[in-house]
Amino acid sequence: MTKLAMPKIDRKLLARKKKIFIELKRIIKPENVLDHEDQIRPFETDALSAYKQRPFVVVFPENTKEVSEILQYCNGEKIKVIPRGAGTGLSGGALPLEDGVLLCLGKFNKIIDVDFKNKCVVAQPGVTNLSITEAVQDNGYYYAPDPSSQIACSIGGNVAENSGGVHSLKYGTTTNNILGVQVVFMDGTISRLGGKTYDSEGYDLIGLITGSEGLLCVITEVTVKILKKPQTVKAALIGFPSIKDGGNCVSEIIASGIIPSGMEMMDKTLIHATDNFVKAGYPRDAESMLIVELDGTGNEVDELIDKVSKIAKKNKSSSIKISKSEKQRLKFWAGRKAAFPACGALAPDYYCMDGSIPRNKLAEVLLEINRLSKKYGLSVANAFHAGDGNLHPLIMYDSNDKKQLEKTEKLGAEILKYCVKVGGVLTGEHGVGIEKRELMCEMFNNNDIEQQIKIKKALDSSSLLNPGKVYPILRKCAEEGRVHVHRGKTKFPDIPRF
Amino acid sequence: MSTEEKQNFQIYQDSNSFEYPKDEAEVSIFLKKMHKSSFPIELIGSGSKKKIGKPIQCSKTLSLKKLNGIVEYLPEELYIKVKSCTPIKKIEEELKKNKQYLPFEPIDFGYLLNGKTDFGTVAGQVACNISGSRRFKVGGIRDHVLGFRGVNGKGDIIKSGGNVVKNVTGYDLSKLICGSFGTLVALTEITLKVLPEPQESTTLVIHNQNIESACFLLDKAVSSSNDISGATYFPTKAEGSNYAMDIEKTFQLNDLKHDGSITAIRIEGLKKSTEQRLKNLANELKVSNLNISILSMHQSEIFWNKIKNLECFHFSKNSIIRIVIPPSECVQLIYEFSNKFTYFLDWGGAVIWMEAYQISEESFESIRKKVVKHGGYVTMIKNSDYLPYVEDVFTINRDRFTISQNIKKSFDPKRILNPGKMYTGI
Repeated sequence: MTKLAMPKIDRKLLARKKKIFIELKRIIKPENVLDHEDQIRPFETDALSAYKQRPFVVVFPENTKEVSEILQYCNGEKIKVIPRGAGTGLSGGALPLEDGVLLCLGKFNKIIDVDFKNKCVVAQPGVTNLSITEAVQDNGYYYAPDPSSQIACSIGGNVAENSGGVHSLKYGTTTNNILGVQVVFMDGTISRLGGKTYDSEGYDLIGLITGSEGLLCVITEVTVKILKKPQTVKAALIGFPSIKDGGNCVSEIIASGIIPSGMEMMDKTLIHATDNFVKAGYPRDAESMLIVELDGTGNEVDELIDKVSKIAKKNKSSSIKISKSEKQRLKFWAGRKAAFPACGALAPDYYCMDGSIPRNKLAEVLLEINRLSKKYGLSVANAFHAGDGNLHPLIMYDSNDKKQLEKTEKLGAEILKYCVKVGGVLTGEHGVGIEKRELMCEMFNNNDIEQQIKIKKALDSSSLLNPGKVYPILRKCAEEGRVHVHRGKTKFPDIPRF
Repeated sequence: MSTEEKQNFQIYQDSNSFEYPKDEAEVSIFLKKMHKSSFPIELIGSGSKKKIGKPIQCSKTLSLKKLNGIVEYLPEELYIKVKSCTPIKKIEEELKKNKQYLPFEPIDFGYLLNGKTDFGTVAGQVACNISGSRRFKVGGIRDHVLGFRGVNGKGDIIKSGGNVVKNVTGYDLSKLICGSFGTLVALTEITLKVLPEPQESTTLVIHNQNIESACFLLDKAVSSSNDISGATYFPTKAEGSNYAMDIEKTFQLNDLKHDGSITAIRIEGLKKSTEQRLKNLANELKVSNLNISILSMHQSEIFWNKIKNLECFHFSKNSIIRIVIPPSECVQLIYEFSNKFTYFLDWGGAVIWMEAYQISEESFESIRKKVVKHGGYVTMIKNSDYLPYVEDVFTINRDRFTISQNIKKSFDPKRILNPGKMYTGI
């Protein structure tokens, strides 16, 4: 495990932790306050498991009023609070702090209202992404954003991270699919933002909060938009003899005016890994593979599939398979959705990256990743939401070999820096968290980060909510020592800092 | 004079008080100066929507209209990056060359507010965040801003977002600036998401429905899987001559019959697909016994342009009010207004555009109360001679006001950018 510098630990606070436990047990049911080491251990990490830290206490409030009282108390006592949903985040956004209260929303697990008339669902934040679709699918509706972890990730976490999924090319990410939230600010103020209307007037606070990674408020209720299922959905599985041909095909499909509901790409390593894992019938001889999904009316889908096939052939596709049934379509997806676990079978550990790039740079970036992979002697498997240029290179390594982890992190940083260089961004959907904190200055300058920090201060004046995440504030960062330290060395020393 | 006094001091401006910076650096230098001397300024683009919001009088006006031009347009990447005050018309013309468009349907407020057509600039559209008829299907303006550059109230140049659709790097300030009426940032560059334009547009018009049956049909259409992109209702002409709205005059199209009210549903997409969906929709809505008109491509486009550009209100001397509500509340709310106003519905009943004759500030507030009770909000879009000023143009509650005030402070600590444009004190 690498050591990461976090905000300075408040030793005085830890010295009076027993008193704090008593106070927390007064605010919420005592059984909902976990303060024993054995109870706390399971919460020491989220899905970025390379980093671990035990919080000093874990609380499970049961309603918004309890959340408000906990925050008000912590704000008054200057205790840091880290909100946590289902703990499936990939960037360490819910990594606890040694002197922080870990606020779990696990007991907020009810769907409050299914409103077909206004085409929305009101859910508590702990409800899983998939169960929203399950609650409405009998009436032909679904909730569009579908991150791969949808079976486990919570809707509150989705809002905090602005989660995407394989269908965000056509249907947007979380921010485009929510209508309202109820939130609690660090001072305990409970606010309802938006509701069941489109666009809330005044400053778009829902837009600001979505993707704010738990730094601005705690979400206690979410109203999401639901959509009617399309009449017909079909997918095409297309193999290519080279990465470049696959990448060019993606660009040409979009340029031709087609917006598929999903367009995913995998490289040879992952085609084999996933096909071994779920026997999805993938073209094993191909160097890259596309899943292009199209939805709409029957004749529309057929027309589009025909156009896509023509474009694929023009780009030297080696095989094209069109789903003939819903079962077959789901099978095409089964491999893609199992990309991460399949990778787990290839190496003891993998490190998942998440850059976004302009689509026309896909081939270029893929080739660069290949070059870097060779340079570092680590294999990289590539899965992409190709339609919206969101890359997920999976770097394979063995965490028992300390040198490999170090190399992995360097390779990861080089990939992300290349993404920014070609006009992309550091993270498409996994969030910055602690993972990409130090890379923020690749994209933003002093003014940009200062403005964002000011917003944080405007809503959380003492910076007690999830501190140490997202912003390195490098100018201050150097002062406060919030720099990724590994064996006493600064992480990514070659990155320019201000 | 304190900043507060300056903000409230009424000064008539002469032409010397206008500042026209040529680029971002000049905007920054000017705002740094204004920040230092605590001088509030009025921020405008082309001024086409200047009348929306509260009137403000500052000693200086910062016009960004010289920041005009397309910076980068990559059709295959589905984005266009422009200088902030590039006219919407220019952008649309450029997109048209590549069969692309702005899906949020920018509204031409020019005629309504200033007597001549004017879509204004992209910064103006972003600052107002009022989207056209397709909102419920494709999202609003806020869903199409991928990134921006601008200058905050301290004169610092800031940026957020990027050129890609999937981006969670840092707070999403691109959303925050939408609908902020120039109170947070002087925008200098904006990147918009664009999409391929639909090949075909068809509209099914059902005549002579009352509000209840119309809303039933609209709901059924929006709830169907026919992927409709417009759902509107125009009641018949209001009684008396106090209202400008007259659907027979506004909608003069060859294939459109005139038989009472208009309930219209738009379908867009590939030719074959629109035909199939129109057929499905007609079956699902059981229109065979109803009086209907079908508008194909050209007429359908003209019809929806008239709607989103609020053409029915163009000659109105009355107050124009916009109400956004959950669609399920629409019928009840209209009943509560008991025929005192004329109106039309868009977004399948989720927005009501209303024309109010001789409305007093008290009755405007009573409308607001009713709307808020139904979970919505109200904006006074255009004042009338009868009611030239309202204290609260927008709707806000105390909680949101405090948060908004704090956010304003984080961008513009001395409150020099459009002070009071949205709310007194922000």
